[in-house]
Amino acid sequence: MSATEGLNLTLKVWRQNGNEEKGRMETYQVSNISPDSSFLEMMDILNEQLIDEGNEPVAFDHDCREGICGMCSMFINGEAHGPGEQITTCQLHMREFKNGDTIHIEPWRAKAFPVIKDLVVDRGAFDRIMAAGGFVSVNTSGNTQDANAIPVDKHDADKAFDAATCIGCGACVATCKNASAMLFVSAKISQFALLPQGQVEAKERAVNMVNKMDEEGFGNCTNTGACEVECPKGISLENIARMNREYLKGSFG
Amino acid sequence: MGWTKQFFSSSIGRKFAMALSALFLIIFLLQHFAINVTSTFSEDIFNELSHFMGTNPLVQFLLQPILIFGVVFHFVMGFILEIKNRNSREVKYAINKGSANSSWMSRNMIWSGLFILFFLGFHFYDFWIPEMNYKYVQFKPEDPDRYYEEVVHMFANPIRVVIYVLSFVFLSLHLLHGFQSSFQSIGARHDKYTPAIRKLGKIYALAVPAGFIFIAIYHYLNLL
Repeated sequence: MSATEGLNLTLKVWRQNGNEEKGRMETYQVSNISPDSSFLEMMDILNEQLIDEGNEPVAFDHDCREGICGMCSMFINGEAHGPGEQITTCQLHMREFKNGDTIHIEPWRAKAFPVIKDLVVDRGAFDRIMAAGGFVSVNTSGNTQDANAIPVDKHDADKAFDAATCIGCGACVATCKNASAMLFVSAKISQFALLPQGQVEAKERAVNMVNKMDEEGFGNCTNTGACEVECPKGISLENIARMNREYLKGSFG
Repeated sequence: MGWTKQFFSSSIGRKFAMALSALFLIIFLLQHFAINVTSTFSEDIFNELSHFMGTNPLVQFLLQPILIFGVVFHFVMGFILEIKNRNSREVKYAINKGSANSSWMSRNMIWSGLFILFFLGFHFYDFWIPEMNYKYVQFKPEDPDRYYEEVVHMFANPIRVVIYVLSFVFLSLHLLHGFQSSFQSIGARHDKYTPAIRKLGKIYALAVPAGFIFIAIYHYLNLL
């Protein structure tokens, strides 16, 4: 591995014991962090250090650590998933930081994402939106048609696939100045609306998912485009325009 | 009726409403500019157009109320959405690097909008209230040649000119985001025409306010 010198960093980390309690920023020092380590490995080192000192480790979400599960979050130095484009926090490496840097680490902040502990937030609102219509009701009695037998325009298939790459991490909500979930919801609506299997229930799906999104307390989209830039999967604002059309069709069609 | 009500109380329905009122105001502004700019080259044409707009019953009693409704609606809905959006994040970030992912204009529509609201109050006090008073309170007889003088002498005051110029700078900032944003909101987005809409939006947002600034400065200098 690289022989580069380790980094000495000051971390300002949000600590909060449950949603009822008020949180605060705590300052920690970590030293000799390899620039080759990932951001989450750096957090692991911090936690080892805290445990050794007899303190409570920092709670944070993570799972696959290869950028596909959507579990890791963290608002790092004012950006969702930190600096760097189209990456999740687990794909962020310490080489992005300089020796002596101060790094601010905060949870996703949104009324609809209540803090469970420290940097862990409850993203259950996304699951409830999916349950409201983010599926295709398929007859599974054995007579289901092979999906490959249905002709699909290549252009639409590609766009549906792009939308389906959304991992539901919530960076769009976290980065939006209005804590709006429209990029997420529009990706999910689009991935179905673009395909013949999804078009059957497209109208009620759009209405049900959007109404659920509103009910969960997310803010309204003002087209700043911040979500699209911070999204680790590069989901386009084009999906939000499509969702708006789908919702209009669903409401009046 | 139930569907309409549900649509316009939803987040997306309100986006449509904001965008449609914005597009209406964009069209109105262009018409307002087209008439005003004639004052810089022809007193007669300006008087003739103003007399028509000021006395035509269709303009006065149908279009004018629609315009006022459009303006009030756009402001009120803007404030309602701003409050709702602010409440959607109760605890603010200690550090939030908005400039890393979005334009200043897009993040500060409420501030450019508030400045425009302040300007509109001033503008109504300058022109609209005296005009309404002239026609519908005092019932003074119509003089088709009065408009040019009424408008032009307003710009003799440098403080007023500065306020107007500043307001149009804010209007330009508002439009730089708002123009293309209103098309996105109504779902009018396609790889084929969206680049053209963005370009047109930039031209409109820079040219129309610049034109209004030109009119104000032109009359100020002319009166020196």
